[in-house]
Amino acid sequence: MEAYIVAMLVFAGFYALMALGLNVIWGLAGMVNLGLVGFFAVGAYASALLTTKLLWPMPLGWAAGAAIAAVAGGIMALIVARLRGDYLAIVTLGFAEVIRLVASNEIWLTNGTDGISGIPGPWRGDVSPQQFNLIFLALVWCAVGIAFLLLSRASHSPFGRVLRAVREDEDVAAVAGKPVLWFKLRAFALGAAVVGFAGALYAHYNAYIAPDGFAPLLTIYIVLALTAGGVGAMRGAVVGALFVVLLLESTRFLAQEIPGVTPVQKAALRESIIALSLILLLRFRPQGLIPERTRTHSRPGATP
Amino acid sequence: MTAPLLEVRGLVRRFGGVVALDGLDLAVRRGTVTALIGPNGAGKSTAFQCISGVIRPDGGNVIFDGQDITGARPDRVTRAGLVRSFQIARGIPRLTVLENLLLYGQHQPGESLAVALLATQAMRRREEELRARAEAIAARLNLSRVLDNQAAALSGGQKKLLEIGRALMAEPKLLLLDEPVAGVNPTLAAEIARHIAHLREEGMTVLVVEHHMDFVASLCDPVIVMAEGKLLAQGSFESIANDARVQEAYMGRRVHA
Repeated sequence: MEAYIVAMLVFAGFYALMALGLNVIWGLAGMVNLGLVGFFAVGAYASALLTTKLLWPMPLGWAAGAAIAAVAGGIMALIVARLRGDYLAIVTLGFAEVIRLVASNEIWLTNGTDGISGIPGPWRGDVSPQQFNLIFLALVWCAVGIAFLLLSRASHSPFGRVLRAVREDEDVAAVAGKPVLWFKLRAFALGAAVVGFAGALYAHYNAYIAPDGFAPLLTIYIVLALTAGGVGAMRGAVVGALFVVLLLESTRFLAQEIPGVTPVQKAALRESIIALSLILLLRFRPQGLIPERTRTHSRPGATP
Repeated sequence: MTAPLLEVRGLVRRFGGVVALDGLDLAVRRGTVTALIGPNGAGKSTAFQCISGVIRPDGGNVIFDGQDITGARPDRVTRAGLVRSFQIARGIPRLTVLENLLLYGQHQPGESLAVALLATQAMRRREEELRARAEAIAARLNLSRVLDNQAAALSGGQKKLLEIGRALMAEPKLLLLDEPVAGVNPTLAAEIARHIAHLREEGMTVLVVEHHMDFVASLCDPVIVMAEGKLLAQGSFESIANDARVQEAYMGRRVHA
């Protein structure tokens, strides 16, 4: 049971990192991105290949995963520069599928659907599996903490102010003297870097990655996490990720406790409980658990 | 005679088969509050959009302060010192009034990602300067009490004032105001006219599109009249009001003489 909880908290950390990344792209800059899992996969494959084939040290592999995902994000921002809303959603969703299909078919590089195994993990083999999980738990949540601090800072800086303006009205942001595309590109690259870093950590935690680990459902969970937590608020991204993992996992046990139903019905009930919880949350708290707040206030002396 | 601050030559813009601008020529002299008027559909708004870079013209030139800014992106036009307001007040609704003003501040190093992450001294110093400027502009436009309110919560008139305030934050040489008193009560319209007159006294140049003739008559000289995408007439308000071509453009031609 303890091992299970630790593993779930590690996964919650991955979710939190991804939700933080999405919050820059979608929450601040207002660009729908349903291709998250694509950037997650790019980070995972980059780090896995560099550390297993070229024997790079792990931290360098993680940094490379983030950097390559950032470049992919920047290119993505240029491709979708003129798209908004539904169209942006479709193109980004397509991007993630392209990445998954490339990983399945470019066997010379990615080993195809067999995946890559034997990805090193910090002190794996030197310590017990439980200790390894605890080390990784600390590692992932340190990464969440650092990403949270840096992104909060960016969010409440003049840079973040321009991103919010781009989100609400691009024409106004442009007339305010801001090069809109350059801001979108940097927001996309920054968010993708955080998601790519999460992917890299995931590869080294799991020791094995394969294309079917990067299905669109993961993107949907992250979008849910951010929506539940509060779009635009960095704290909301972390809280939302914890909330979604808690919801997904606790309903597993809750459904087991319902008497007089078959296992198939239990599985269906579990999904119903998840759906109902999210609907109720959005009905009664559409702004999310932690609504977006900006921090620029006038000085007390300035208002008569 | 010094060169005009803004000079538009032969500006053309088509939307499909509709010719919105059909070789528009106009000039705005320094230190004036110039009005751009004309009946609905004359192309005033399109002219504003093309001059401010929000849409690209199909032909012609826009020369601002000696620089050719034809077809330049709106952020470049603003940085050159030509700043426009929007007709339907488009405050960024979920930012506060103060943040809306700060958004229009120029030369903020904190708009670079690395600087934002490091929160450098230069960024904080510039933020303080912009904040002082924003508070001064808010005080001047009677917006001090609502600085911390979200722009979405402002009254219609306050949104109009915020439009002007934001444009002033960008330290313009030429202010383009798109219907600054449309839908505003007469008292506030007079107040806005006073604000614009004060700006002129301080040396600002303003180009206004407006339908309120009282406002134009009291404030603007010269007045430029557009019709069917072209310059029709220009001069003082009296000379324009007595111009038969202008009356015809607004009222239509008499069928029976």
